[in-house]
Amino acid sequence: MKHTISVLVENQAGVLSKVASLFSRRGFNIDSLAVGETEDPAISRMTIVADGSDYTVEQIEKQLNKVIPVIKVKTLQEGKYISRMLSLFKVSVPADKRAEIMKIAEVMGAKVLDVTKTTITLEFCDTVERTETLQALLEPYGIKEMARTGAIAIEKGSSTVRK
Amino acid sequence: MISGARIMVECLEAEGVNVIFGYPGAAICPFYDALLDSSIRHILVRQEQNAGHAANGYARISGRPGVCVVTSGPGATNLVTAVASAYMDSIPIVAITGQVQSELIGRDVFQEADITGACEPFTKHSYLVKRTEDLPRIIKEAFYIASTGRPGPVLIDVPVDIQTNEIKGYKYPEAVDIIGYKPSLKGNGLQIKRACEAITAAKRPVICAGGGVFSSKAEHALLDFARKADIPVVNTLMGIGVIPSDDRLCLGMLGTHGVKMANEAIQGADLLLLCGARVGDRSMASPNQVAKRTKIIHIDVDPAEIGKNMQANIPIVGDLCSVLSQMYERIEPLEHSEWIEKCRSRSQLDMGEEDEGKYINPKRFMRLLSETAADDAILVADVGQNQIWSANCFKIRNGRFLTSGGMGTMGYSVPASVGAWTAADGRQVIAVCGDGSFQMQMMELGTIRQHGIKNKIIVMNNTKLGMVRELQDKNYGGRHSGVDLSGSPDFNLLAQAYGIPHARIDSMGEARSAINQMLSTDGPFLLECIVSPAEGSFV
Repeated sequence: MKHTISVLVENQAGVLSKVASLFSRRGFNIDSLAVGETEDPAISRMTIVADGSDYTVEQIEKQLNKVIPVIKVKTLQEGKYISRMLSLFKVSVPADKRAEIMKIAEVMGAKVLDVTKTTITLEFCDTVERTETLQALLEPYGIKEMARTGAIAIEKGSSTVRK
Repeated sequence: MISGARIMVECLEAEGVNVIFGYPGAAICPFYDALLDSSIRHILVRQEQNAGHAANGYARISGRPGVCVVTSGPGATNLVTAVASAYMDSIPIVAITGQVQSELIGRDVFQEADITGACEPFTKHSYLVKRTEDLPRIIKEAFYIASTGRPGPVLIDVPVDIQTNEIKGYKYPEAVDIIGYKPSLKGNGLQIKRACEAITAAKRPVICAGGGVFSSKAEHALLDFARKADIPVVNTLMGIGVIPSDDRLCLGMLGTHGVKMANEAIQGADLLLLCGARVGDRSMASPNQVAKRTKIIHIDVDPAEIGKNMQANIPIVGDLCSVLSQMYERIEPLEHSEWIEKCRSRSQLDMGEEDEGKYINPKRFMRLLSETAADDAILVADVGQNQIWSANCFKIRNGRFLTSGGMGTMGYSVPASVGAWTAADGRQVIAVCGDGSFQMQMMELGTIRQHGIKNKIIVMNNTKLGMVRELQDKNYGGRHSGVDLSGSPDFNLLAQAYGIPHARIDSMGEARSAINQMLSTDGPFLLECIVSPAEGSFV
């Protein structure tokens, strides 16, 4: 089962490698990891999507908490958070199919960034699930290249990870 | 103006460090230069790994972090095994490594190694110092992190220019404030209440005590609680000596190489109180089986240990000493004589024949040694058969038993005994090793000689890597591969070459007088015991 874990860390050199190496040496699999600054420049947030049983996730949380520059770890509850990832798709498309692709983009809410005689490049910012849907719709045309960020997430309502 | 090196030395002094173990090199030379003007005693080991083990032995006896200092590159990488050993056994050491100049880092210059990277999986925390101004804070934090919560090794990698840089002045911080590091100490009151109720309701409770008892300095709290609640105690390898072995509550070591009395108590228990024990695979081969039929209460300062290897019904996170004291206050006196007698009636140790002719019986020898040694003697066992003979047959009363339990690092005992001796304040310190492990550390005879260390070394010589040989007998149809140690030097001649008194015995008839001679010698002593290659470790 997929879990989204929000990790607040001190913004200092080496933290990313400490966290990443912990995952590999404890045998935990990371689906994606995204890091960025928070409202407090001294603190960064890592959003980690990991696959594993409840036991694994509990262990991940506990082991992450032992990393000294890790301030707070929270596994976000299903249905209680908003998550987004950004993707760029470069799709092969002959001129006669261009309208079809643009229709798909419109329906899905993807943005056309670039068009050439043989390709079209789309930007899509949505959940992991919807991104996979768009990917499936584009696949028959031939995806030449795809780039994705890891998912980032924030809780619904007024609660925050910190408090 | 004051140099980084000078600041390092002064900060160590401010931490109360009076001895460090190390081996210099170019990248740590500024520190070594500043050390000359300090009262800190430096013990020059003969290989960097041994500086780490010595700091480990020192920490375990003094109860304060041990300090080791080595140079960059190979000096630092040689230290890795010692850092990993300390990590696995939760021993507080502060390891300081020299590093190449800051601006050259990453260019693969002479003696450059990414040691914070290499040690990442084995350190509680590590620092690569970027500015001389940061040194006081980092050193303060390093000692704090190493010694609080679940103790462990902390590495400080200091580029040589950080050591030579001069700054205007500094103030050694009085306290630390690390936003993400606040170890919890007191146990949750509700959980303690639940635990005490469960213990009161139990018919056949057993305490399993691990190395965490020593980390938390909870020996007395444990004994007081066990006596008030009248619960027998089994110990892990790391927990040997938590309560005196002649106490009626002491059932001995559990696990693959443990004693029947302890293992059967675990099998028969209806409640298991885990105290600072992480349920390692050698202690409990199938923890889930035990958990199915037994109520588990797990006390540990590291929340990650609870539920890692065994599911707990009542987890209690907190400092063991404080939790046990809280439980002591709450629990009513209990009585389990019948259960304890039942546990104690299980089969006793099989010590083998009294006299096997031209060999030393290592089990009987260890028993004899413990009867002859001082009440508070410190025994440092190496890894292999010698470790198991020591663990099961040497009776710890008010002394300590040190060994590399988690990592199982051969070559631990002699350097660790050097460190232990420097902290032991005149107590007897005896290292026990095999002829295999001794040859991984015998260069330390030079350290012992040079620094006037008065430890005793026992070499159990069976001309084999006995533990592996035993494994090959058991699991590989007796096909012996790579375990023959013929070609070893004459260990007595070797001791003689270092000017260290020595003796060799090959019959039990000589054992008592040899032990007396060793213990009464004012100085180091090497006693070689000729053991049958066929001797096994199980008791």
